[in-house]
Amino acid sequence: MEKITVSFILNGDEVTAEVPPSWSLLKTLREYFELTGPKEGCGVGECGACTVVIDGKAVNSCIYPVAEVEGKSVLTVEGLAGTDGTLHPLQRAFIENNGVQCGFCTSGMLMSAKALLDENPEPTEDEIRTSLAGNLCRCTGYVQIVESVQKAVKMMKEKS
Amino acid sequence: MSEYLYVGKSIPRTAEVDKVTGRAIYINDLKRPGMLYGKIKYSEYAHARIKHIDTSKAKKLPGVRAVLTGCDIPDVRVGFLKDQTVLKRDKVRQFRDEVAAVAAISPEIAQEACDLIEVEYEELPGVFDPFEAMKEDAPLIHEVDARGRPVSSNILPLPWRFSAGDIEAGRAASAHVVTDTVRTTWVNQCCMGTSGCIAEFDMNNNLTLYNQANVIFWDKRRIMEYFAQIGLKNSKVRIINPVVGGSFGTKLDTDIYEFIAIQLALKTRRPVKILFTREEEFRALPPRQPAVFEIEQGCDKEGHLTFRNVKAVLDNGAYTSWGATTPSVMMMPISSLYRVPNVFFEAKCVYTNNIYCQAMRGYGNPQATFAVEVSMDHLAEEAGIDPAELRLINCNHSGDETPMRLKITSCGLEECIRGVKEKLDWDKKRGKHKGRGVGMASLIHVAGGARVYKSDGHGMMIKVDEHGHVDVMSGGTDQGQGSPTVLAQIIAEALGFRPDDITLTFGDTALGLWDAGTHASRHTFIAGNAALRACEKVKRQILELAVEEIPKLVKHQIKRKKRKDPDFKEPDLDFSLIANPEDLDIKDRIIFCKKDPENPYFRTEVSNVLREALHVGTGQSRVVAAEAFYDPPTEMLDREFKGNLSCTYAFGTTGVEVEVDKKTGEVKILQLYAAHDVGKAINPTLIKGQIYGAGYIGVGYGLTEEMKLEKGKVMNPNFLDYKMLTAKDKIPVTPMIIETDEKDGPFGAKGIGEPGLVPTAPAIANAVYDAVGVWIKDLPITPEKVLQALKEKREKEK
Repeated sequence: MEKITVSFILNGDEVTAEVPPSWSLLKTLREYFELTGPKEGCGVGECGACTVVIDGKAVNSCIYPVAEVEGKSVLTVEGLAGTDGTLHPLQRAFIENNGVQCGFCTSGMLMSAKALLDENPEPTEDEIRTSLAGNLCRCTGYVQIVESVQKAVKMMKEKS
Repeated sequence: MSEYLYVGKSIPRTAEVDKVTGRAIYINDLKRPGMLYGKIKYSEYAHARIKHIDTSKAKKLPGVRAVLTGCDIPDVRVGFLKDQTVLKRDKVRQFRDEVAAVAAISPEIAQEACDLIEVEYEELPGVFDPFEAMKEDAPLIHEVDARGRPVSSNILPLPWRFSAGDIEAGRAASAHVVTDTVRTTWVNQCCMGTSGCIAEFDMNNNLTLYNQANVIFWDKRRIMEYFAQIGLKNSKVRIINPVVGGSFGTKLDTDIYEFIAIQLALKTRRPVKILFTREEEFRALPPRQPAVFEIEQGCDKEGHLTFRNVKAVLDNGAYTSWGATTPSVMMMPISSLYRVPNVFFEAKCVYTNNIYCQAMRGYGNPQATFAVEVSMDHLAEEAGIDPAELRLINCNHSGDETPMRLKITSCGLEECIRGVKEKLDWDKKRGKHKGRGVGMASLIHVAGGARVYKSDGHGMMIKVDEHGHVDVMSGGTDQGQGSPTVLAQIIAEALGFRPDDITLTFGDTALGLWDAGTHASRHTFIAGNAALRACEKVKRQILELAVEEIPKLVKHQIKRKKRKDPDFKEPDLDFSLIANPEDLDIKDRIIFCKKDPENPYFRTEVSNVLREALHVGTGQSRVVAAEAFYDPPTEMLDREFKGNLSCTYAFGTTGVEVEVDKKTGEVKILQLYAAHDVGKAINPTLIKGQIYGAGYIGVGYGLTEEMKLEKGKVMNPNFLDYKMLTAKDKIPVTPMIIETDEKDGPFGAKGIGEPGLVPTAPAIANAVYDAVGVWIKDLPITPEKVLQALKEKREKEK
């Protein structure tokens, strides 16, 4: 089968993948790099469970052709915690505030929130809700997810 | 209740940290060595005869390892009424009918092979409406029953008929009577993690099935029954749950795809994984059961309910899963929500060529409560009584026995109604009909188990090792509800350990004792009670060892101190204070003497005692482990569908304020108060999570969610066209936690998994009426329906 070579930065490391050109970034992450944090909940860019951050923007990796990632920087949920295992404030807040139930949407939620906070460290509730609008969740009614993001904002502010 | 260290506290879900780091392994992520991928070929017609299936092209495709049709596997019937086979041979009865299946080295190849399978059909006339299907000349969906006897009707042979008191006498005693027709439709459970499983046989033909079942022991039994019929009588079955991405009812029955995976694994001798796409999740998974209700209800001059007479028709779809049993739960609100002396309920389940149905959060309760609560408001208007007042007049109370013979223990319903009324500023806001309105609805639900099976038990095994680690094997399952945290709190409290010391294992038939399943809002109540009993045994064992070992530990300690310091004065210790296990207790992992709690010599870590008891060097070493099995003292429903099937019942009231845009028909929820009698909140933050989540699904049920079926075909099998609420749809839900301290609950707790969903839709419908004077009795309450009703109202008023 014909394959293409794609080089990019993945969770801080320079990586190269040789994969069929038809593969999405999500499939490459899950199958080639065995990073199964990003999930496939719909495969057509409607649920957001596959969200990763590419060059600072939250992206549905399930509809992102792998060739497009050449030279870019990708952050997945696996790269969110520090290299020493210290959880990111978002991760801590989700655990502490019940922002997680079944957890299937969580990776995507965290990455959408991460992209938001990197760009806008003090978002309003409305801005948080807008940034999470592409991430569906069936368990939580979003309330404690939004609160978790707000809590993370507070944690990050206190730290700095 | 401030004496508790962990119960009643919002302990974080630290046990589930893998879910925020991407390390949690769902069925989607699980791979087995040599694993193949299965795909299913579905019917192209709602009703047709299969004339011929040509699999030759599919078989030739490189990478394909097996292609199966109904002719390749034993002709065995499965399902609740044994009304379908795994792969359909002669006839298809719905679009989701499985006609062939493929196993291949990749999901893409398996799908390509499915597309290469050619099926020749002869289309048959279909029937897509249960009322049409009941007519004499309607096409028969099934020509024969499970035993091969000819059938003459599409009506299922199910005995859903409940009668208590005397309807005629009730009618005669009524000053006011109302009649309503109420409709609910198909909604999808929308688990974010799609369905799937991996079937794997060992060389002795024993099966390990990795799946998402939430009644693992019934799942095992159904597969064992299937095995007995396909020549695998001596095969063993083990069910293992990976992390489950939501359930909401979908994992209650063994689905056809699981039997298909088993057949493909048998054929190929390789592990086979089937994982649904989102489209399959919409097209090929049984959704919530729709129902049409005719409800008649009356009250006397003072507003006391006199009777309730309900007839329901359920579109069963082509086959039978748990959807057909939802009337057993519908009976609960119909007979027992509010005090009503005379009740009649009859439900007919009717085969059609639509998708078949099963359970969803609340089972049949949301459907029936929608009927009862819309009718309550209608009756209140007819009688000229405030709807909240009518509910209070007929409120259930502690000590009641309902017409279904449910014994009401603790009951916070009155507090819920009054609380919601006050929060909404009900008296001021109601009855204006100026575009804004308030409405309420209440619920009753099982909250202390549900004896739908002959055992409603839960087995729990607990061991404590010499490191002080507590491993707990629960026979139940975890689908994200928070049990690893809530049960750890209960166990920590009962055992005198910390929640962090406790690790729970769920969802493995080989490791757990029997459990009737994580369903019916029963897990915290039943597993919690099992935990308390197991903890009692474990604690006793620890303290018995402590009586023997603490004196030895003290002697070692004194010896060591003397060696270090020759001047050390031996303390005067009264060992009679710790001579019996009853003299000791455990708190924060430390064993201490009750009569002398601060004495440092009598205080020691549990792990010290357990280490001392294990490493004895004499052939007398001991370990600590115990099991408990809790089966609540409840009854199966009898032939008349009466009996106290739960130890206790949940009550709650949802109150909403809405704004209805008369130009667009759009309904906006301004406030939503969800008051729930939870017995005791073991973890307030997690309880709120259940109420928020259930409330949102309830709002979706009320306003936006609907599977559109056209001649049996699901027309909106994706999240673009199926309207689940998003984070942008902000619903201002305020949970109100009412604690009634249920005497039989673990630390007073009741179940709360499903209740939040149940009264949401009728509360919205009643508020819409209060706002603009139209009643939408057909879910969901879409802008189109509101506009149409407003138009009809205007025309009527002209």
